[in-house]
Amino acid sequence: MATKAYQRVYTKLEGITKATVSLKAKGVSNDELAVVDGRLAQVVRIKGETVTLQVFSGTEGIPTNAEVVFLGEPPVLKVSDQLSGRFFDAYGHPIDGGPEIDGEERPIGGPSVNPYKRRQPSQLIPTGIAGIDLNNTLVSGQKIPFFADPDQPYNQVMADVALRADVDKIILGGMGLSNDDYLFFRHSFEAAGALDKIICFINTTENPPVERLLVPDMALTAAEYFAVDKNEKVLVLLTDMTLYADALSIVSNRMDQIPSKDSMPGSLYSDLAKIYEKAVQLPTGGSITIIAVTTLNDGDITHAIPDNTGYITEGQLFLRADSDTGKVIIDPFRSLSRLKQLVQGKKTREDHSQVMNASVRLYADAQNAKTKLENGFDLSDYDHRCLDYSKDYARELLAIDVNIGITEMLDTAWKLFAKYFTPAETGIKQALIDKYWVK
Amino acid sequence: MKTKGIVTGIVSNLVTVKVDGPVAENEICYIDLQGVKMMAEVIKVAGDNASVQVFESTRGLKGGDTVEFEGRMLEVQLGPGLLSSTYDGLQNNLATMDNVFLQRGEYTDPLDRGKLWDFTPLAKAGDKVIAADWLGEVKEGWLPHKIMVPFSFEGEYTVKSVKEAGQYNVDTTIAILENAQGEEVPVTMVQKWPVKVAVKGYKEKPRPNKIMETGVRVIDTLNPIAEGGTGFIPGPFGCGKTVLQHAIAKQGDADVIVMAACGERANEVVEIFTEFPELIDPHTGRHLMERTTIICNTSNMPVAAREASVYTAMTICEYYRAMGLKCLLLADSTSRWAQALREMSNRMEELPGADAFPVDLSAIISNFYSRAGMVVLNNGQTGAVTFIGTVSPAGGNLKEPVTESTKKAARCFYALEQARADQKRYPAVGPLESYSKYLDYPEIRQYLDETVEKGWVEKVLWAKNIVRRGKEAAEQINILGDDGVPMSYHVNFWKSELVDFVILQQDAFDAIDALCPLERQRFMLDLVLDICGKDYDFEDFEKCRDFFKNLINELRQMNYSAYESEQFWAYNESVKKMIA
Repeated sequence: MATKAYQRVYTKLEGITKATVSLKAKGVSNDELAVVDGRLAQVVRIKGETVTLQVFSGTEGIPTNAEVVFLGEPPVLKVSDQLSGRFFDAYGHPIDGGPEIDGEERPIGGPSVNPYKRRQPSQLIPTGIAGIDLNNTLVSGQKIPFFADPDQPYNQVMADVALRADVDKIILGGMGLSNDDYLFFRHSFEAAGALDKIICFINTTENPPVERLLVPDMALTAAEYFAVDKNEKVLVLLTDMTLYADALSIVSNRMDQIPSKDSMPGSLYSDLAKIYEKAVQLPTGGSITIIAVTTLNDGDITHAIPDNTGYITEGQLFLRADSDTGKVIIDPFRSLSRLKQLVQGKKTREDHSQVMNASVRLYADAQNAKTKLENGFDLSDYDHRCLDYSKDYARELLAIDVNIGITEMLDTAWKLFAKYFTPAETGIKQALIDKYWVK
Repeated sequence: MKTKGIVTGIVSNLVTVKVDGPVAENEICYIDLQGVKMMAEVIKVAGDNASVQVFESTRGLKGGDTVEFEGRMLEVQLGPGLLSSTYDGLQNNLATMDNVFLQRGEYTDPLDRGKLWDFTPLAKAGDKVIAADWLGEVKEGWLPHKIMVPFSFEGEYTVKSVKEAGQYNVDTTIAILENAQGEEVPVTMVQKWPVKVAVKGYKEKPRPNKIMETGVRVIDTLNPIAEGGTGFIPGPFGCGKTVLQHAIAKQGDADVIVMAACGERANEVVEIFTEFPELIDPHTGRHLMERTTIICNTSNMPVAAREASVYTAMTICEYYRAMGLKCLLLADSTSRWAQALREMSNRMEELPGADAFPVDLSAIISNFYSRAGMVVLNNGQTGAVTFIGTVSPAGGNLKEPVTESTKKAARCFYALEQARADQKRYPAVGPLESYSKYLDYPEIRQYLDETVEKGWVEKVLWAKNIVRRGKEAAEQINILGDDGVPMSYHVNFWKSELVDFVILQQDAFDAIDALCPLERQRFMLDLVLDICGKDYDFEDFEKCRDFFKNLINELRQMNYSAYESEQFWAYNESVKKMIA
């Protein structure tokens, strides 16, 4: 990064930790960027004349006489239509070999939308996956994470969802992505011929962890440009937010802050909320929808990261391996879309919510039957039918490799009802039974 | 002469200021960031260094930037026009802001200065008055909004003159008072009050002696909250906290509702904006929005203002209470407020208490809850502030500092249970863990005896006991199998399911079932207890199950039918036949 002629250069560091350096400097503003020994850093604390800088790429090898130059502005992203189809690092520099972007500089991590100016989300986002569209319908302006163990194919599901969703832009914020996963995203976007509407900000495991802290803000600043300035429907994908939170805890630890639950910083809730609350439906028609990934440790949702996330987001999608069918399914019990009632039956067929409830309830009966079986109790005829139904239901609707329209999902559910149950056993309203029951 | 200072340290929104004069704890100051004035509050003073929490983002702030102290604490403006407004935590009117994004340093007027109000005098020249006495009245929607002697006035005043009836804006002097020293003081329709100080100006604060109806059976029947009482709703995410709170806000029998969205999702507030203007208050037939004020500091708005938001909301409630009105304050969620305290305490490098929360968390929470209550005003009328807060315990574990501290302060406890939510048994209020201490109050028992029916509390306790016995029976059945227990276990289990499905569960999205008035609750509980009071014997457990399932279905249909409608009585007949 070029230094300008009038800038003061400091050459005496007073303290160095693994993530921060501190030095005496004057006229420094909070949150502004600096270059320490050629590496980008940001002001995180000012105490008298002592300034503490968080060095994004780590402090390995930085000597006490390193050159420090303050840049006088917070991290910015240049925004313009040229962002489309490009791949960037956490600082917003191209990593695809293409030219730098020309555009207006916008500080990242900007102010929030006035809640009074928001609109209630009401646009359906179809994904083709029945576990989502049928049971946990997504709505534009929603924020929702996948909760998944690290061995599950969450990135593949997310790429599928993104490519099938009817949106104007897809912005990927990759944090701690393995290089393989980065290339996977790149190839799937290329293969789908969707490159023109994709923008990626990528931090891989090869990059220093603290750099990740910039990625969501970069992605969302780009998203706000397209949603607010261009009135576009933008889908933001953030993976993996657990690694983002880990980076937060590294920095707060180096700054001697007292950790709260699970050694996470006390401000974790606010830090995550600042990101997720960028999801918005604007009155002008533009919207930002956020789909994130939070990896779990052995399905534990009481850990501080998924727990705080759950309080912020509008539901969660749970991936689980189903032993009956050998497929990965969207768990109908633990998944939830809090906004689904805003579109179900309104943007979809009238029987949607009744069919959803009935199919999940019958699946729950099957789980009870399974428990009975495991405990050595006798099964009734109904129990047996439930068990058979549950296998079909998991294979034809819950599995993530399903890709059909919502009306077809509803028809499939009616077909399964008719195959295994009487109309009364489904508990669906008579008027709908009369209209849709498969004879 | 205002105290001035310069910025010497910045960590996130905690700023240290070197001051040149006296500063007070909780004093408000404005930090000048290149012409933008950012509001901040003093939270600690050490020598001539004051630590202030800034209610805005401190991005771009420099050491050496100037600060000016205001000589007052964080205040709200109280006057006609508060109802149906939407404010942020510092009482800025969100509706009158132009930008889509919240701009730093943009502060808007909480009250409409130009609007004219129909004023009627209540006091006359020569009257002796003290703080909070009524001088006049304007109609705010359909509520009589009293114009009072400002709460900050000390001692006795004599009314010199009161404006005659007419239309005035809020800044018009509507009365002139004279104090003991013979000085004349003008009074307008607006007064200011520091939010962190409880509003006094009443004669006494007796024990609550009435129930506040919410139309939610599991609250009104099983764990009623008193008018002027306190309660809290802890629960893991996805258990229906917000739905329950919204139900209470829509149906609560109160004149004024203040909802503090404190560190929660913005889309939930949008839902209130979108739905409330269309909804009708079941008690008055007026639009819900007319009696509602929203204080909205969503999770992405500055943390320090989040802490202020609950105080702002409480002060507005206390103001309306002084007019002899029944107010209900709903705060969602007090955990986010506590987390805001934690973030500040952490930045000030205070020694932490449990889970890194400040050690005085418990004291702060109980102090806040103590501001609720019923009061007898100087003129003998009564007013009340009922407060219900939600708590979002980390990991759904109730053994955490915020839940534990709140449990000490609040008199009602509505525990939302994951297991009930998983089974879609909404509202997921656990019947056995939840409690209302008001059921032990002799005043409340007497009130229920007189207004609901004699011996009501005994019936309520009986219903709870049925649930408890049912739970014990269910555990035995699970261990020994359906055939391994005597029939009475099955009967006990199904009796508790009956209470659960008919009384505890309620469909918040059904037009009729959502709101169940106390009289209807009495009818249903009597009917259910009538059924449970009988002895039953069955050949086998499947017959027992079928019998009760059918019964439950009929009773639920009753819940879905309009009270005392033909349909309602038809189901009632059918139930009577089944148990005959």
